[in-house]
Amino acid sequence: MPEITDKEIKTLEIKANEIRQSIITMLLEAGSGHTAGPLGMADVFTALFFHILNHNPKRPDWADRDRVVLSNGHICPVLYATMAHAGYFPMEELQTLRKFGSRLQGHPHREYLTMLETSSGPLASGLSQAVGMALADKIDNGVESHKTIYALLSDGEHDSGQIWEAAMLAGKNRLRNLIAIVDRNNIQIDGFTEDIMPLEPLADKWRAWNWHVQEIDGHNMEEIIDAVGKAKAVFEKPSVIIARTIPGKGVPDFERKFEWHGKPPNKEEAAMALNALRTLGGKIRSEHE
Amino acid sequence: MLNSNLNQKVFDTDVEQQPIRKGYGEGLLAAGEADSQVVALCADLTESTQTHLFAKKFPERFIEVGVAEQNLASVASGMAAMGKIPFITSYAMFSPGRNWEQIRTTICYNNQPVKIAGSHAGISVGPDGGTHQAVEDMAITRVIPRMVVISPCDSVEAKKATVAAAKTDTPVYIRLAREKTPIMTTEETPFEIGKAELFYETKKPEVVIISTGALTHKALVAAHELGQAGGSNGAGIQVNVLNLSTIKPLDEAAIIKQAKLAGAVITVEEHQIRGGMGSAVAECLAKHVPTPMEFIGVDDQFGQSGKTDELLEHYGMTVEAIKKAVKRVIERK
Repeated sequence: MPEITDKEIKTLEIKANEIRQSIITMLLEAGSGHTAGPLGMADVFTALFFHILNHNPKRPDWADRDRVVLSNGHICPVLYATMAHAGYFPMEELQTLRKFGSRLQGHPHREYLTMLETSSGPLASGLSQAVGMALADKIDNGVESHKTIYALLSDGEHDSGQIWEAAMLAGKNRLRNLIAIVDRNNIQIDGFTEDIMPLEPLADKWRAWNWHVQEIDGHNMEEIIDAVGKAKAVFEKPSVIIARTIPGKGVPDFERKFEWHGKPPNKEEAAMALNALRTLGGKIRSEHE
Repeated sequence: MLNSNLNQKVFDTDVEQQPIRKGYGEGLLAAGEADSQVVALCADLTESTQTHLFAKKFPERFIEVGVAEQNLASVASGMAAMGKIPFITSYAMFSPGRNWEQIRTTICYNNQPVKIAGSHAGISVGPDGGTHQAVEDMAITRVIPRMVVISPCDSVEAKKATVAAAKTDTPVYIRLAREKTPIMTTEETPFEIGKAELFYETKKPEVVIISTGALTHKALVAAHELGQAGGSNGAGIQVNVLNLSTIKPLDEAAIIKQAKLAGAVITVEEHQIRGGMGSAVAECLAKHVPTPMEFIGVDDQFGQSGKTDELLEHYGMTVEAIKKAVKRVIERK
């Protein structure tokens, strides 16, 4: 992973802003889907697909690629939008989200979009699958492995025991090729995570499972990239990056409101959101100039 | 009469017995020797599921996940995504019982060729009691698209099924039992996933018993005894026995052929009647050749502690129960 310049950081921020606009546009067309989570994770996905990952959008089946396992499948608009922007498939296809016959199923399904690493939707299974990939890679390549398996998790799914099961197994097997990134946005469907089922102290839980733990601002490109670099330098443990994010990030009216977890914007809301995002994009550009 | 490639001592009182799960352990070891991509995962039941044979030989390809069956299924899915051929093993009650959704989504929906072995299936587990007696496992696995479901009748067939499962590119569920049961098949008995095998054939069958798992031995004994005496005129009743080791995909051709030939069908399984092998056979016959049927199995009840024979008697899965069902179904023809 190359060193990053200020100019490149701005380029990534602009890309994340464009991806957010795509998310709004595709959700409006789909008429259903999740808004807050995808907007909140746009910066992490942009950093991954445009700077961090060792991948090739033109050769999605390349055996030595890094793997990205999206556990909380409901935020797939951000995965699809980022993949389209990265060149995995045509941008126009984003407008088919959730429609009959589309490769962009409401929750990711690799039977339809074969370049996905996993199908997902039911929460809390993604970390297990990423652990399985990391174990297989360890069996095949041992310490020689250059692949990294990324597991993208929501905070709400930590309510489930399966996350605990997978985290313990990864710690036991010292899977240094595994990096989990937790979307710590503090909301889930029924409300705020700390009201539904308190997760704090979350970092301490991961430490107790024998993981290397970092907590970062999930909207700061430099912090995201730096944290992944540090995680890769850890040789005796798997790593987790707890990325504090703002649900609905980029659209002030959506931010921090759990009501936006599971619904799409209507026409007026989408126009307002796109306007807000374009204003933000212009601000990033002018700051750069 | 008994198929010539079966164990000819099958009706002897001292017929050799072995747990079906032992055949699985030997098959897993053989599959591991044949293909270095085979890996095994277990949830704190390594020895009792016979996975220890593989684990000892290939420690680097064995993953112990602890008491965590949901993780067991999904970790295996991830390993399969990287080209491995994972076998996951626990008691059937816990896998595919506890982790059904993970099997559906991360294995079958995801189209990853994980092999799921559920040991200690049926009520014959005995003293452990109802919590550990899986009598719903075939029902919950056969409804999942892509899943192949195999219920071997003895340890020899279990070994063949395990070796064959490793060579498929689909998810497979293999149902295993704990207790020693008679060995009916031999190395020469054909085994192919999706093929039923006629174990007992008569010239003019009045009934065909379609059986799966260890109870196939009781079906054979029932057919044998009925052939010798018991008809209304003192003569025997001619009964065929079809061993249905693959529940899905169903060997519809063999089932239809036997149903047409005999005109009456008994299904025999150590499983809930509702949703199990008998239901699968009924689905097939109702569509193609409606035929009077009687079902031997657990009738919408949970198991309990007891000796195997006591439980089989209590829940109506004995040689006598099968013979009575044969007579009942003949009256309905």
